[in-house]
Amino acid sequence: MGLPMKIRAASKDGVTEVKVLMNHVMETGLRKDPAGALVPALFINEVTAKLNDKVVMQAQWGQAVAKNPYLAFKIKGGKAGDKVSISWTDSSGDSRTDEATVG
Amino acid sequence: MNVHQETSRRSFLRTTGLLSLATSALMLAPRLAFAVWNKAAFETKTLADAYKALGVASPAASADIQLIASDIAENGAVVPVEAISKIPNTTQISFLVEKNPTMLTAQFDLTPDMLPEVSTRIKMGQTSNVIALIKADGKFYTATKEIKVTLGGCGG
Repeated sequence: MGLPMKIRAASKDGVTEVKVLMNHVMETGLRKDPAGALVPALFINEVTAKLNDKVVMQAQWGQAVAKNPYLAFKIKGGKAGDKVSISWTDSSGDSRTDEATVG
Repeated sequence: MNVHQETSRRSFLRTTGLLSLATSALMLAPRLAFAVWNKAAFETKTLADAYKALGVASPAASADIQLIASDIAENGAVVPVEAISKIPNTTQISFLVEKNPTMLTAQFDLTPDMLPEVSTRIKMGQTSNVIALIKADGKFYTATKEIKVTLGGCGG
C-alpha cells in the first residue's frame, strides 16, 4: 500500500477540475546510489480516475513521469458532493487508491 | 482397451480438463476495458519504434493541439507539460520526449466524460523536442515543442 496522495476536486460551470499530487519515488532505473550501484526502476505504470465509481480516465506511465507525480484533468459534469477516486499501480505490483469529495 | 491405456486416457482427460478450466478462469478474470501496460511501447528507443509500438501511422502535425510548457526547464527532473486538444473526438493524449533514453513518457486514455486536456510533470534528460500525440477518431496528430533543459533529470 503506497503513500497517500493529495486530491483536490472542484466543480464550476459544469466542469469538475481535478488536481492530484501523488507520493512516489518514480525511479527510472538509471540513477546510481552513492555507492555507485544502479537503483532499480520503480515507477507507477497505471493510473485510473473515477467519478462516482465510473471510470473517466486511465493512464499508462513510464519511468520518465516526474517523482511525486502531478496530474490535472477536467471532467465534464460532476457537482459538489460527488466522489473522485484515483488509483495507481506501480511496477512492483504495489497499488494505492485515494478519494476526495468534489467541492 | 487394457487397464494401462484406460488410466492414461483418464489422466490425460483430467489434465486437459483442468488446463481448460484454468485458462477460461484467466480469461474471465475481470480486467478494465482499457489496455494492459504497453511494455513494448514504453521501452522503445526511437520515435519510429515508439510510433510503431503504438500503432501510429504517419501522424499529422496539427495546429489544433496546444502543447503548453516553458521554453526553458530549470530542472529536468520536473518539467510541467500540458496538452489541450481542439480536435473533435479526442480519445487519447500522449507525451513523448525525443532525446530521453525511452521516448514514450505517458499515455492518457480519455472517456467522453473528459475534456480533451491533461497536465502532468515529466523528466527530461537533456534539451529535446517534446511531442504531444493526440488520437482522435482513430487517427493520430502531433504538436511539437522544444524545451531547453539546463539540469538533466534522468539520473545522470
